[in-house]
Amino acid sequence: MGYYLERIGQAIITFWAAITITFILYRLMPGGPVESMRNQLMEEAAMEGGEIDMDRINRLVELHTGVNPDQPIHIAYVDYLMDIVLYQDFGRSIWRNEPVFDVLWAGMPWSVFVSFYGLLLGFTANVLLGALMAWWENTRFDNWSSIIATFLNSVPYYVGAILFLAVFAFQLGVLPRGGRYNEHLDPGFHLPFMFSVIEHGILPIATGFIVGFGGGALAMRGNSIRILGSDYLRVAQLRGVSTARIATRYVTRNAILPLYTGLMIGISAIFSSSIIMELIFTYPGVGWYTWGALEGRDYPLLMGIFLFYTFVTILGILIADLTYGYIDPRAGTEGRQEAY
Amino acid sequence: MSTDAQEPRTDGGHALFGPMATGGEASTRRERAYRLYDIYVYAPASIMWNNWRAQVGTFLILFFVAMGTIGVHIYPEPTYGLADPYIGLFESWEYPLGTDRAGRPIDRQIVHATPPMLQMALAGAIFAVGVAVVVGVTSGFKGGKVDRMLMTACDVMICIPGLPLVIVLAAIFEPRSPFVVGVILAIDGWPGLARALRSQVLTIRESGYVEAQRAMAVDQGTIIRKDITPQLMPYILINAAQTMRAVIFESVALYFLGILPFTVTNWGVMMNLAYTQGGALSNLGRAGHWLFAPMLALILFSFGLVLFAQGMDSVFNPRIRARHAKTVTTDEESGQMV
Repeated sequence: MGYYLERIGQAIITFWAAITITFILYRLMPGGPVESMRNQLMEEAAMEGGEIDMDRINRLVELHTGVNPDQPIHIAYVDYLMDIVLYQDFGRSIWRNEPVFDVLWAGMPWSVFVSFYGLLLGFTANVLLGALMAWWENTRFDNWSSIIATFLNSVPYYVGAILFLAVFAFQLGVLPRGGRYNEHLDPGFHLPFMFSVIEHGILPIATGFIVGFGGGALAMRGNSIRILGSDYLRVAQLRGVSTARIATRYVTRNAILPLYTGLMIGISAIFSSSIIMELIFTYPGVGWYTWGALEGRDYPLLMGIFLFYTFVTILGILIADLTYGYIDPRAGTEGRQEAY
Repeated sequence: MSTDAQEPRTDGGHALFGPMATGGEASTRRERAYRLYDIYVYAPASIMWNNWRAQVGTFLILFFVAMGTIGVHIYPEPTYGLADPYIGLFESWEYPLGTDRAGRPIDRQIVHATPPMLQMALAGAIFAVGVAVVVGVTSGFKGGKVDRMLMTACDVMICIPGLPLVIVLAAIFEPRSPFVVGVILAIDGWPGLARALRSQVLTIRESGYVEAQRAMAVDQGTIIRKDITPQLMPYILINAAQTMRAVIFESVALYFLGILPFTVTNWGVMMNLAYTQGGALSNLGRAGHWLFAPMLALILFSFGLVLFAQGMDSVFNPRIRARHAKTVTTDEESGQMV
């Protein structure tokens, strides 16, 4: 029970830290958005000549950034925190002219959809390939797979994305060049629309696959090889346990355990990468709005995107953490050494 | 190092690196310098030399470093209208990689984009590894409350997705100097390494000679500096290579998407221009080489860094070493030092 409480507490602390980081960046940093906007307005006022009307400037700043410069900083901080946590109010997007939460909410399912499948497929491929490489250690298959996996590991996912786009969308023309679904179809629960969603999702998911694939196969191979040499496997063999059972229950299950922790970092990596992926494929998920937010200096939206990705990542990691106890009964026994 | 002679020393334990590896007194400055060179440069280099991954990796890294330092002086800077626009691959012997829309040779652009990228990678690696060493070693050695606090900070950083944070920081600070860009890109690079270092330190600090030092009331800073940190060198090197790779990956991506301001040359800037101005995706025959040449350079460089990290890992990782020593004979075995 303590383990679960600790993990949930950690997730809450993390999200609080993320909110605080955005607040500090947004409000307190010298040269941050609020200050630079105020300076710009003051300069303009000075250029026009005449008296500088601070009230008017403050009102303009408030209009553009959603920040009231007169408010004391600690009250502003509490307000900011309460707005986000209690009312899911991330402010109003300047570029889209609608609440930030609505913009992100509309894009979220699509981002999660492609990221989830990409990560899932990559992780599965890691486990299968790694296990096979370990099983046939030092054969030609193993050597070639190792080299190919290393090489793929050094190809950035976005290079893969650009190549996919160039080959499948532009040269062969078999897959769409961007978007989430065919715009001529009515979104709904019917076959042509669902097929169109899958068709548009293939390349983004393939990109996520590259991210998830990473070095995991080699890690899986290393883990499996280490386990293959252990004594309890020999005992199992002598007891007459079937090879299939040894391969799945004895080796693979134990070899996956360390990878499961890697999966958490994978969750963070895949949501990070989805910004770049969505921009390349013009796939209007959450990350796609980053570009517009940057172009339009739309800081509320930008901060909202950051907080959204942090939230999804924390949630994914929390789920992985809470289920880890079921997979590895030894979890939660670390951290018992003497303190100096 | 200067107080070497007066300090109490232990007789137990062994170390791969650091003062413990050779023992003995070093009186003159020259001898000390030689000993440092022997421990930190010569010994790791000679071990690495027997591992093909480390060899190829080092070769590729040195190639790009040479490109960024010497190459810039050999190849003149690419100027507008130097040649005809859109010369393809190997169409002209003078410009084997062709030219872009403005007639600038691609190969020279790639060479001249290297120095800022190396600076970025270096700044990022130094920042991330520096923070990780301070946090990881302190946390592992001190234990208790300090450990809990630092590890909570680490976990918080691990859970915050790196790229969105980098983009927010880049939008607010609009970094121009390659060094600042490198530090911002590596801002999420330290927590993983800090955790790994902490678990290493946890095992080292239980060893006999560290306990002996503590029993002799050697001050903690000295133990950390002289006995613990040198043993972590392999991990630090491997992770520095990985951080450099991450920084280069992210910088090229962000320049390609136009998220970072185009104040320095970068392979990502070239790719961006090929995509936006050259229409490289829809017209591969005309501008494809403009897009793919910097990509290939990027892949080669990162392949070099990955191979280097893997080679170092298989040389220094005691688990892999033990396994190879016991079961199979490969080219890696001859490189063991025990």
